[in-house]
Amino acid sequence: MEFFISLWEALPAELQYLIWTLIKIIVIVAPMMLAVAYFTYAERKIIGYMQVRIGPNRVGPKGWLQPIADAVKLMFKEIVIPTNANKVLFLIAPAITLGPALAAWAVFPFDEELVLADINAGLLYILALTSVGVYGVIIAGWASNSKYAFLGAMRSAAQIVAYEIAMGFALVGVLVAAGSLNLGDIIKAQQGGLFSWLWLPLLPLFGVYVISGVAETNRAPFDVAEGESEIVAGFHVEYSGMLFAVFFLAEYANMILISALTAVMFLGGWLSPFQGWPVLGPLFDWVPGFVWLVIKTAIFMFLFLWLRATFPRYRYDQIMRLGWKVFIPITIVWIAVVGLAVVYQLPWWFD
Amino acid sequence: MKVLSNYFKSLFLLELFRGLSVTGRYLFKKKFTVMYPEEKAPVSPRFRGLHALRRYPNGEERCIACKLCEATCPALAITIEAEPRDDGSRRTTRYDIDLFKCIYCGYCQEACPVDAIVETRVYEYHFEQRGDNVMTKQDLLTVGDKHEAQIAADIEAQSKYR
Repeated sequence: MEFFISLWEALPAELQYLIWTLIKIIVIVAPMMLAVAYFTYAERKIIGYMQVRIGPNRVGPKGWLQPIADAVKLMFKEIVIPTNANKVLFLIAPAITLGPALAAWAVFPFDEELVLADINAGLLYILALTSVGVYGVIIAGWASNSKYAFLGAMRSAAQIVAYEIAMGFALVGVLVAAGSLNLGDIIKAQQGGLFSWLWLPLLPLFGVYVISGVAETNRAPFDVAEGESEIVAGFHVEYSGMLFAVFFLAEYANMILISALTAVMFLGGWLSPFQGWPVLGPLFDWVPGFVWLVIKTAIFMFLFLWLRATFPRYRYDQIMRLGWKVFIPITIVWIAVVGLAVVYQLPWWFD
Repeated sequence: MKVLSNYFKSLFLLELFRGLSVTGRYLFKKKFTVMYPEEKAPVSPRFRGLHALRRYPNGEERCIACKLCEATCPALAITIEAEPRDDGSRRTTRYDIDLFKCIYCGYCQEACPVDAIVETRVYEYHFEQRGDNVMTKQDLLTVGDKHEAQIAADIEAQSKYR
């Protein structure tokens, strides 16, 4: 043991810092990958239950090993690169989609002191990274040398442009109300229990954010980029094996990210819903903040699956109409309302 | 007024929430999945599965090579060749059913005057070699011998509707 400690101290300070950061990254990414794997299992189970069937139940007890079996299967499959495809872009496109979905967790506050990089422009960083993800989709569609893939990529590009604006405006509302771009400070601005969180004063923005979050991750009912019945599988028709699996990982990692962000922006992150309440407050004091965060995130993750099990896919022009003619006006109006409320220090939330 | 209420409905996603409540209720409904290899769904006595040729209780095969089944078969799946046997009775020398051609319509069973060719309630079978899909006379008789009790019971159950 002492040998290892002396070995560690012998390392130069920069290297120590680098290794520490790497360890922290692994501590965040490894559970994320596990969560993604079991999120796919949860999806199949929950959608199955909503369709009055029982979903996967053969691999392992109650089907618990299903995601592992899927991963092993995909790993052993051949990766087919289409003729005349742009090889380099074809291969890096999945990495470009997955990278930002994982990198965004760097500024995410898991608990009061538990942040990998506590930067002041956290919200901007998140907005930037969530928009980079779509480049992977566009590159994949273009590099595949396939008409379906290209159509999917174009659809996804147009859709993301429309919903990015609504999503950004919804976050501007949060920014105005919380008065900070630092995610930890945004949470701290929501102190005081269930009704002090921002979801209530920003209810329209909350709705817009959740729905454009679904659109942003290309999930049903906004999954025109995949659109099985129209363009086969959209941008990832030509992908197989592990490359396809990486797209899959990215999609689910993005869903978890958007759910967690919704919990942070509108539902007070790691704050207890009973904070400062007479009886319930002290009763739930022992629950660590991280648990509250996970519960809140899980609610939105479930919502993603619920929406998928319920709604048919939007027509393309309907998606555009919703994004441009409904969400953007709503968010702009509500930003003005929030701005006035903050300026005149409206009681309850902004005094 | 109608326009206004529609506007209200779509803005507050009322119809969508109703949809969500339906799937939300179904989440907790009882599931009636049949766990297939362990459990099996009930089978009707009229089920048309694997074919069989039957025998009389004394062991004599029923088929008299009238070729009505061959004539009625819409998929031309049945091939019959016949010759008089040593004792002078007319019997088939070849009775093949190609299960890849067969559409399991049951016309052969309908056409048969002596209830020789029947479709049993067996639906779990497979082929491992090319050519196994053609059931020969011997194969059909073996199936018939194996499931005779069940076949007889099924025919008995249907007899009052014929």
